[in-house]
Amino acid sequence: MAVAEQDTAVRTGGITRAFIYGILLLFMFFYLMPLFVMIANSLKPLAEITGGNMMALPDTWTAEPWRQAWSSAQIGVEPTGLKPYFINSILMVVPSVAISTVLGALNGYVLTKWSFRGDKIIFGLLLFSCFIPFQIVLIPMATVLGKLGLAGSIPGLILVHVVYGIGFSTLYYRNYYAAFPTELVRAAMIDGAGFFRIFWRIMLPVSGPITVVCVIWQFTNIWNDFLFGASFGGQTQPMTVALNNLVQSSTGVKEYNVHFAGAILAALPTLLVYIVAGRYFVRGLMAGSVKG
Amino acid sequence: MGFLDIQNVTKSYGSVEVLHRVDIEVQEGEFLVLVGPSGCGKSTLLNMIAGLESITSGDISIKGRVVNGVHPSKRNIAMVFQSYALYPNMTVGQNMTFGLEMHGTPKAERDRALKDVAKLLQIENLLDRKPGQLSGGQRQRVAMGRALVRDPDVFLFDEPLSNLDAKLRVDMRTEIKKLHEKLKTTIVYVTHDQIEAMTLSTRIAVMYQGYVQQLGTPKEIYDTPANVYVATFMGSPAMNVLPAKVVMHEGVPYAQIKDAGGVEKLLKFSQANMSDWSGKEILLGIRPESITDPDGADRNSNNIVPFRNRIGVTEPAGADTFVTMELGGIDIVARMRADANVGAGQEFDFAINMDKAVAFDPKTEERIKP
Ligand SMILES: Nc1ncnc2c1ncn2[C@@H]1O[C@H](COP(=O)(O)OP(=O)(O)OP(=O)(O)O)[C@@H](O)[C@H]1O
Ligand SMILES: [Mg+2]
Repeated sequence: MAVAEQDTAVRTGGITRAFIYGILLLFMFFYLMPLFVMIANSLKPLAEITGGNMMALPDTWTAEPWRQAWSSAQIGVEPTGLKPYFINSILMVVPSVAISTVLGALNGYVLTKWSFRGDKIIFGLLLFSCFIPFQIVLIPMATVLGKLGLAGSIPGLILVHVVYGIGFSTLYYRNYYAAFPTELVRAAMIDGAGFFRIFWRIMLPVSGPITVVCVIWQFTNIWNDFLFGASFGGQTQPMTVALNNLVQSSTGVKEYNVHFAGAILAALPTLLVYIVAGRYFVRGLMAGSVKG
Repeated sequence: MGFLDIQNVTKSYGSVEVLHRVDIEVQEGEFLVLVGPSGCGKSTLLNMIAGLESITSGDISIKGRVVNGVHPSKRNIAMVFQSYALYPNMTVGQNMTFGLEMHGTPKAERDRALKDVAKLLQIENLLDRKPGQLSGGQRQRVAMGRALVRDPDVFLFDEPLSNLDAKLRVDMRTEIKKLHEKLKTTIVYVTHDQIEAMTLSTRIAVMYQGYVQQLGTPKEIYDTPANVYVATFMGSPAMNVLPAKVVMHEGVPYAQIKDAGGVEKLLKFSQANMSDWSGKEILLGIRPESITDPDGADRNSNNIVPFRNRIGVTEPAGADTFVTMELGGIDIVARMRADANVGAGQEFDFAINMDKAVAFDPKTEERIKP
């Protein structure tokens, strides 16, 4: 990054270079292989998979497995495809991510810039929540959701994910804002800005990198969650649970091509998030260590 | 009743009192400098005036109104921070008018104020830039501009020049002084640089360990320091403070001191009341510029004492030559004219201006008043 031109250091020889590229190519192959297998097989008729080579490209190209996986495959007892579950997931993930990120940012802001008695303890407790295993809270959580009348609903899942997400989002924002000069907040106070206005006009505009990190982290975790979805989803199960039901169904023939298509569909949103926001992710993780 | 009144103010963090009973009265248009070493409580006091730190006890009032517990934005003050604290996401113009915007000033009025101040500080061409695209000196100007736009009752500066390089610091110092003379605003200015304090202020409060050691005009502080701490803190090189004994000779008090060769010498006091201390030990304070070569001595002084001593080291510094020598058992510094003919190890005839000498009580370290 620091080197201006595309040149190598004096001591990097041609052999070293070839070696490095060799290793990189190897890893690339290693990582792209599964993706290739999934895509290739999701575009074949089932007969080609059961009767032949998994590694080959399709003889007859078909989008039928994708259509089936999306709208007509048997999920549990209903032939609905993954579509409704995909929508469930979206309805669950977007508010969860938004709420936990906003709360994390506010927490970080308060914990660093409005220190009060016991703020260290509160931060410690919030951090602690990052390390509580999911399984431990299943039963108490079920009780709470039941009492609130949110069991088996999307709002219930949102609540669970927000509660779990706050720990991490607070950690991110607190550390980011700790490096943010307090004099700026004081200047804004003298200028007459209040609590939320300082947050909105002074802090948030420079929080881009950490927001990207936080959103990616929360999105991937919540989207990929299976345990809470299976436990508290009820009739509104998320994509992960539906995919499991699709793939694990014991009746009828195993439609591998449809399974592959479904798996890719389930992974697509997180992939998209990474591709769109990935560059900022690295930047955000490094923010604070290097001042730009 | 001053314009800005600090009455009996203390500050504690938990059980630790970091500021003890501070009393300062600042008149309208005054330029008060709080000076002292790191950790003496200058910033704490300034932040209490600004309302950024709570007041543990005592009162601070601005224009006759007690402001304890009043929000910083309602005290009609403006502050310039050490790091400038410019909002990184806003342009220079937005930075400067943010305060007015928060106070609900109409856009047209804001723009007018911005234009006037930008012109005054010659930053009109920078208004659309972000702070990240400015040099240190330009940021400094913008930070002052942001304070000026508000037209506050009191300006507070917390070490505003300490992030600038030496040359720029001197330029900005002059500029701040000119600005004050032009606008006649009331300023409280924190610095640990005693030269800044001397050049800028109309009055100085020298602080040390949470106490205001002395409050006075630069001349008072320099010529009649209240105690040994103030005497040695203000002035560069520092005042020489050496142990001496008061002896009477034909009814006149003298300071008796051992020179570099161990011979007792007598320096006649200008203050007659030193005879009260006859036979006792004192601390004698003599500034380097009061020990000179005979031709460089102050012609207006009534009490120039010739004094022969062996020179230790000479340090030519361009405009002056500093001489280090032993006196009263310690190394002291004298200030010669640049071309004075001095050499290391040489016996030399100095002239000491005893009119400017001060004496301190060795127990309390307070100055013995004439
Ligand atoms: N939040 C705090 N809690 C406890 N002690 C504090 C706190 N803030 C400041 N102090 C103490 O108060 C004293 C005065 O601090 P202050 O920041 O006013 O010093 P200063 O004179 O401005 O020094 P500097 O020149 O280094 O800025 C110091 O001894 C410091 O340790
Ligand atoms: Mg300070």
